Amino acid sequence: MAAVQGGLVEAVEEKDIKTEPSNDGGGNNNASDGRLLSTSPGSSASAGSNKSAAGAPEDQQTLLAVLQFLRKNKLNDSVEILRREAGLPEDLLDPKGGDSSGAGSGGAAGSVDLEGDASSLLSRVTASASAGAQAPTKAPGEDQPDVNVVLSAYSQQGDPALYGVYYSGLKRFIESVLDCHRAELSQVFYPLFVHMYLELVYNNHENEAKVFFEKFSGDQECYYEDDLRILSSLTKKEHMRGNETLLDFRTSKFVLRISRDSYQLLKRHLQERQNNQIWNIIQEHLYIDIFDGMPRSKGQIDAMSGSLAGEAKREANKAKVYYGLLKEPEIELPLDDEDEEAENEEGKPKKKKPKKDSMGSKSKKQDPNAPSQTRIPLPELKDSDKLDKIMYMKEATKRIRLAPDNLPSICFYSFLNAYQGLTAVDFTDDSSLIAGGFADSTVRVWSVTPKKLRKVKSAADLNLIDKESDDVLERIMDEKTASESKILYGHSGPVYGISFSPDRNYLLSSSEDGTVRLWSLQTFTCLVGYKGHNYPVWDTQFSHHGYYFISGGHDRVARLWATDHYQPLRIFSGHLADVTCTRFHPNSNYVVTGSSDRTIRLWDVLTGNCVRIFTGHKGPIHALAFSPNGKFLASGATDGRVLLWDIGHGLMIGELKGHTDTIYSLKFSRDGEILASGSMDNTVRLWDALKAFDDLETDDFTAATGHVHLQDNSQELLLGTYMSKSTPVIHLHFTRRNLLLAAGAYNP
Amino acid sequence: MAEERRQKQCSVVLPTESMKAMAESVGVGQLQEESCVALSEEVSYRIKEIAQDALKFMHHGKRRKLTTSDIDNALKLKNVEPLYGFQSQDFIPFRFASGGGRELHFYEEKEVDLSDIINTPLPRVPLDVSLKAHWLSIEGVQPSIPENPPPAPKEQQKVESTEPLKVVKPGQEEEGIQGKGQGATSADGKGKEKGLIRLKPRSTHELSVEQQLYYKEITEACVGSCEAKRAEALQSIATDPGLYQMLPRFSTFISEGVRVNVVQNNLALLIYLMRMVKALMDNPTLYLEKYLHELIPAVVTCIVSKQLCLRPDVDNHWALRDFAARLMAQSCKTFSTTTNNIQSRITKTFTKSWLDDKTQWTTRYGCIAGLAELGPDVIKTLILPRLSVEGARIKAVMEGPVVSNIDKIGADHVQSLLLKHCASVIAKIRPQPDVVEQYRTDYGYLGPMLCSHVMKARTQAALQAQQVNRTTLTITQPRPTLTVSQSGLSGSVGPRTPSIIKVPSSLTLMSPRPGTPSQPSPPATKYIVMATSAGAASTQQVITISSSQSASPVTSTVPSATSTLQPLVKLEPTGGPGLTGSRPMQKYIVVSLPSSASSSLENKSSVLPTSISSTPLEAGMKLDRSESPGASTQSPH
Repeated sequence: MAAVQGGLVEAVEEKDIKTEPSNDGGGNNNASDGRLLSTSPGSSASAGSNKSAAGAPEDQQTLLAVLQFLRKNKLNDSVEILRREAGLPEDLLDPKGGDSSGAGSGGAAGSVDLEGDASSLLSRVTASASAGAQAPTKAPGEDQPDVNVVLSAYSQQGDPALYGVYYSGLKRFIESVLDCHRAELSQVFYPLFVHMYLELVYNNHENEAKVFFEKFSGDQECYYEDDLRILSSLTKKEHMRGNETLLDFRTSKFVLRISRDSYQLLKRHLQERQNNQIWNIIQEHLYIDIFDGMPRSKGQIDAMSGSLAGEAKREANKAKVYYGLLKEPEIELPLDDEDEEAENEEGKPKKKKPKKDSMGSKSKKQDPNAPSQTRIPLPELKDSDKLDKIMYMKEATKRIRLAPDNLPSICFYSFLNAYQGLTAVDFTDDSSLIAGGFADSTVRVWSVTPKKLRKVKSAADLNLIDKESDDVLERIMDEKTASESKILYGHSGPVYGISFSPDRNYLLSSSEDGTVRLWSLQTFTCLVGYKGHNYPVWDTQFSHHGYYFISGGHDRVARLWATDHYQPLRIFSGHLADVTCTRFHPNSNYVVTGSSDRTIRLWDVLTGNCVRIFTGHKGPIHALAFSPNGKFLASGATDGRVLLWDIGHGLMIGELKGHTDTIYSLKFSRDGEILASGSMDNTVRLWDALKAFDDLETDDFTAATGHVHLQDNSQELLLGTYMSKSTPVIHLHFTRRNLLLAAGAYNP
Repeated sequence: MAEERRQKQCSVVLPTESMKAMAESVGVGQLQEESCVALSEEVSYRIKEIAQDALKFMHHGKRRKLTTSDIDNALKLKNVEPLYGFQSQDFIPFRFASGGGRELHFYEEKEVDLSDIINTPLPRVPLDVSLKAHWLSIEGVQPSIPENPPPAPKEQQKVESTEPLKVVKPGQEEEGIQGKGQGATSADGKGKEKGLIRLKPRSTHELSVEQQLYYKEITEACVGSCEAKRAEALQSIATDPGLYQMLPRFSTFISEGVRVNVVQNNLALLIYLMRMVKALMDNPTLYLEKYLHELIPAVVTCIVSKQLCLRPDVDNHWALRDFAARLMAQSCKTFSTTTNNIQSRITKTFTKSWLDDKTQWTTRYGCIAGLAELGPDVIKTLILPRLSVEGARIKAVMEGPVVSNIDKIGADHVQSLLLKHCASVIAKIRPQPDVVEQYRTDYGYLGPMLCSHVMKARTQAALQAQQVNRTTLTITQPRPTLTVSQSGLSGSVGPRTPSIIKVPSSLTLMSPRPGTPSQPSPPATKYIVMATSAGAASTQQVITISSSQSASPVTSTVPSATSTLQPLVKLEPTGGPGLTGSRPMQKYIVVSLPSSASSSLENKSSVLPTSISSTPLEAGMKLDRSESPGASTQSPH
């Protein structure tokens, strides 16, 4: 259907999924409720700025869209019922419905442009109404015209036989230049190779393409092997339709960072040789980020390259990031008193003193790098939250000070009889509960303390309870249901992501079935199913302050949700492949996403902008962790390396080598001294995080160019390796006292 | 290499024949060659695409193995209906067929009879997921518990012992392996240490406090009086993965223990020590090669020593010799290499002392047992040629003037040992028929007896294809604990040596642990041993174990052989589990009667390693017992 429409329009739509949702939010910026992120009307054009459909008018529009869909499918009974339920007048439907179907998007979207959008929007909105077949937003059918547009750039004809000659000519040239330039110019090889190959394929020169590929694919850096494999299977023009990898290459320019001298050298060479074929590709498909100064070394380049679309542009990492922590809420004073009392009872108040000072000083003066307290509206603390904070402070005083000579103990929770089906694990912050997501679509919750899991009594029984009594919270629980574990049924596919809410009342799970589900840990039932991804949702995590959560999936976007909204508040779009892992910054103002395109992006929750792009991993990223002070980020990927990033400067500051397989979990100790990493290679490794960050600060790196020179000191930083017995480590957690908990499924 | 692989990836396309075959299978007859080519290219591309997506699901499923469900999910992504009916945890076997110039791989779909499914009982419900916690590390040190991998795999122990000066590669796996050493020493000079060539870590031989405690507990339990504790300790030695640091101590403990106890003729302790050796050998995580120089002499001592017990006429030191001989054979099998030549050296030792005329019967017995255990080849080449000489020697003792009871018993044992081992070998190498006269000329005095043994062996071999040969069974009962050490004298044909080591059932046999092991049990115990020669009337014998009877040994020996019957070993203690082991022997019912006398004997009498060595006897039986040292002077009743 979409194929007949103008390619240009489709291209606009496809290029940014983000523009599409921004439409339905755009009209309602002011209508959305006050607590929500209503602060930035100015940025509505950017990525995820749509507001959730909270206002009444939008609800109606959604309803209308649903009604329209139902009518179209001749479900008249349902139309009638829904109309009655919603209390819509009968006449409202006809003109509006006619309007929206006629004008393409008008009525339903509440916006003006994009005729081609109606169907996809409709299908998105109706996703909840009809579980049946619907056109997913990225179905191949819609990709096709887009690809055509994209590919038309390839239609230029050169002599196919000469491609190899051009390429090898350039190769000879680059090999002959001075050493200092060679490394930099070598970066050109890979994108050139890919684009030349695609051009050949697009112009139906299959055999030449094959020869070209076989001749030169071996020259490419080994970390591009995965992409080359995909490329190698692509041998026909027809294959290019709907191929995502291809789209990535075309829609985003490959970014190279080259020093001015090297660039001039290359330019001169190509112009001298009249090598227009290559020059055209460089001009059209590559983005060369030229900098002044010393050319980079091979090692420096290798450290940063590897992502699907080259390195990040320098400007991409220039935005200011408020990485500081939020001030602790003012409950601290009463809390301190209580804490002191408790300590006095135990008769050891001396330990308390220095602790309190350090905390007091930290919380009193505002961190210059911290966002303002109200930048993101955060939920009010409830009494129970305050109690929990008090507990947290008490535990914190008993925390073990970790250091290289004082390593944490590790307690390993093995899942037995999981039959290779354990896909996700999470611990509550107080380490009292463990949840596991399984390939058989179930979510299981265990209590690891003697306190058993109990359901709330049924409504009828609750009525009988004396609500005035002091222990009402105890009374509402049904003793009969006490057990050590509970199973939550609801998903219809493997559960890939799982996260407890900070207050331990809720549990989130994301699944292959495209939904994120919110479960109550009071009733052990599903409360909400958040639909929107339509494709497998790889990861989800609650914000550290609760209420918000982030999810990311195969549809290449990450979504920010609030638990009481059934539509996302923000959609973070920009990754070129699946969003594999999502984490909240400790101050809840930022989220970080890792992707199969081998980049990590940091997003501002307020504006929806991407504020950092980190490249350097050579494989899909599967683990992310913020340091407790919010300044640093650690990431782990299938390549078995952990990379450390300085968020403020937007720089890679360390590389930890040692793991031999995918890293699935990373965690900083509570005070940030130790970084623990868990991997598929059945080991838990402990790294000296303090030293890794210290070394950096003494280094005189140039923040301006962002050229890091990493020393290979992984071995010095590695504090310990602990092998498990054929149990991949898929989750790590530091208890409040700095005991490390690890979890994984035993695979005999 | 990588290049080659990539090129290969580039060119892999399904063969057009497959397309044809598939087309035929769905009823499309004549497929054009061009269509086949086009199809195969397209199909190959799509399959690769799906495989790539499936990989994603595998990664997110945190697995290393791609499963059918991953493929299904990848298909779902593309809005394609999944393939049904391929649910399998393991790989799906594809069958290969060729014919008519075609080669086909296909998935065999068996026709399933519904009634079969309905009628078969439901399979067991798979176990539910459960959670188990253990310590992976305690303050940076990985504890050696069964939940953790062995701290030093055998290879590394080997490297350590053979090349102690080898430079340890920094980091990587060694790091983890030496977590222990590291953790202890790391704090200060870890960084500096890195650059240097690391000598053998000095902390290897330092035992932590816990290890010292463990060592103390284990050794005390192994030689102590409580059989239950000993069983537990031996099991710990045999299974615990973290013992390698204590191995030198154990080894010294055993060799010193043997040295002292041989001098003191303390049979019980020697048996315990040998059981320790066996447990060490059973432990799969230990690299014993380094300690053979201590262990082998100890074992050999227990085989050939002139005297192993205080009263050679009564005590069953023969069982110890047999047991040790089997241990020896086992270590020859496991550890003998072309460089250390253990087997040939051991063989030489045995032969040399056997050939000596002055050798005592006990040593002689040990030598023969040691040689015999080394296998039929050794028997054939070394023992059979000496049968007539040995027969003459035995004849001299048996029929000649009465020398001493001890010699007589010794000769008797040697005789039955020879008969037992040689019969099976002869049965194999000698053609039928078995003529007594022929045997007499060939083997001298032992000829006729050998002949009957061989005949019996032949019939048995025919009767029994396989035999379970249990060597040692230790039954620990709730109250008066007694050990029936079945010292494997049964005249079986089956392979024997492996069973010494690889009889895990000897561990499981201890299932009913004593409820209160520390409780002193009633002192004197009466054992009623009923020997039921199947078919014949059962005879009863009440044996009161008491040392005052030393003049009249309870043993009654009837050296003759027939019983082709194969009753089961049946031990029927009250409430205990019925143990069955199929072997040709008689049924012994051992009933213990706690006596009313409550005085003298302490715990020790509760542990009575009573060894019942059973040759295939007709109606009689031989009961040797070896008592705990403390019990010997007490007289119950």
